[in-house]
Amino acid sequence: MESVDLIYKAIYILVIFGITLLIATYSTYFERKIAAFIQDRVGPNRAGPFGLLQPLADAGKLFFKEEFIPAKANKALFILGPGIAMLVATMSSAVIPFGDMLIVGGREIWLQAIEVNIGVLYVFGIVSLGVYGLMIGGWASNNKFSLLGAIRAASQNISYELAMGLSLIAILMMTGSLSLREIAEQQQGFNWNIWYQPLGFIIFLVCAFAETNRTPFDLPESEAELIGGYHTEYGSMKLGMYLFAEYINIFVASAVMATLYFGAYNFPFMVELEAWLANALDNAVTANNIVTLLGVGVMFAKIFLFIFFFMWVRWTLPRFRYDQLMKLGWQILIPLAILNVVLTGGAILLKDTLF
Amino acid sequence: MEPLSNRSKKVQKREMTFAERAYLPAIAQGLGITLKHFFKKKATINYPEQTRERSDIWRGLHVLKRDENGAERCTACGLCAVACPAEAITMIAGERKAGEEHLYREEKYAVTYEVNMLRCIFCGLCEEACPKAAIFLQDDKIAPARYERDEFIYGKDRLVEPLKTTETK
Repeated sequence: MESVDLIYKAIYILVIFGITLLIATYSTYFERKIAAFIQDRVGPNRAGPFGLLQPLADAGKLFFKEEFIPAKANKALFILGPGIAMLVATMSSAVIPFGDMLIVGGREIWLQAIEVNIGVLYVFGIVSLGVYGLMIGGWASNNKFSLLGAIRAASQNISYELAMGLSLIAILMMTGSLSLREIAEQQQGFNWNIWYQPLGFIIFLVCAFAETNRTPFDLPESEAELIGGYHTEYGSMKLGMYLFAEYINIFVASAVMATLYFGAYNFPFMVELEAWLANALDNAVTANNIVTLLGVGVMFAKIFLFIFFFMWVRWTLPRFRYDQLMKLGWQILIPLAILNVVLTGGAILLKDTLF
Repeated sequence: MEPLSNRSKKVQKREMTFAERAYLPAIAQGLGITLKHFFKKKATINYPEQTRERSDIWRGLHVLKRDENGAERCTACGLCAVACPAEAITMIAGERKAGEEHLYREEKYAVTYEVNMLRCIFCGLCEEACPKAAIFLQDDKIAPARYERDEFIYGKDRLVEPLKTTETK
């Protein structure tokens, strides 16, 4: 790779990293705002206009709190836990294509940090590592409730990862590729995967909720029975890291869902718009860039919609009981996902033989 | 056993339909309900900037009224203290001297008049007992929080209506 490309990659990765952190920060604000609105309250509105500086105030509070480590805790692991959670959460956005290709000075710039032909596998690998953060944190606290929360987190993530992977196989059968960029490109215009895979999407959505430990699957931290679950013993910014990692995971899960099922950066009449613009402006490069930037906006709009949906569901549904959670995962979602794979395979075979 | 009324209902346990067992329609319905609340008018009152309107008959802090000439109405008859179920009101009566006619309406007046706001239950019986329409419970003021107990004993300096407002009221 040329050095210019390397510099561009470095800048792009930094920008994506910054955007990820910014969105996670403001997710905390919007979570509180949306919670308030759904409960007929107004939410935080004192720090800055509309309370927009509230995340800064929260962060300041967390940073100045006492760094508490229990006497019987495993100190090294106790510190490592939130670190792993945070590291793993920020890694997975690297392979997500946030936009198509920009052309600047004759150079093609893809709006994706790393293009690997195993993008989907990478995301899954990283996401499944996330449970180590919770597990280590819960174990190192040397607290029964933390350990119970950590065990719940681990068993829940394993159970739902199975159904998630199976629901994804149907997508992979259709697209024939593991590269996220290729999957995104195949959904050009309005040819989104959700039209072909509604059942797969619902399974994926439910599993995404379970993987990110969001209500109704937030059993690892159910405060009613486990005090705080795996982060019971955590305070100050170490607790903040855990909560922050959860919001980053929501952002990544939203981005993955938008990419796999809702056409990523594609929007209806994209090709027609580009052709028309190229004609009107008499400049194919500018037209391409305008459409690409529009696509980035569309991608983020989809991501924000999903983040809103995550929060909306949180204030609608009560938490599952543990046996219900396991039953849903193993007895309902996994058979459904297998059924979905069989149906998709049948449909592909039919299409190949008939047409 | 005979039912006591005709309102009792026989409970039937029936199998749930497939739509009910599928769980998702119920979730969609619930999401609709929460979304409706998302756009509803908020019930919050932003307290320091906005205050909640009180009812007309709300009973707050006491005031000792003056008459139309600015003289104190209270004659220290003690009926309010007698009517008070919490025994929050105490007073010492004095005789009006010559030249004080513009200050006190009748020959007798209250030298001291104290209401203990920690004992007062804001029942309004003093207001009803007063034959001279001197004591009232205001509808817009509450006794503010303080650090010392003796600061809750309100003397005449804090109870008597200021002179300026007599014309407007």
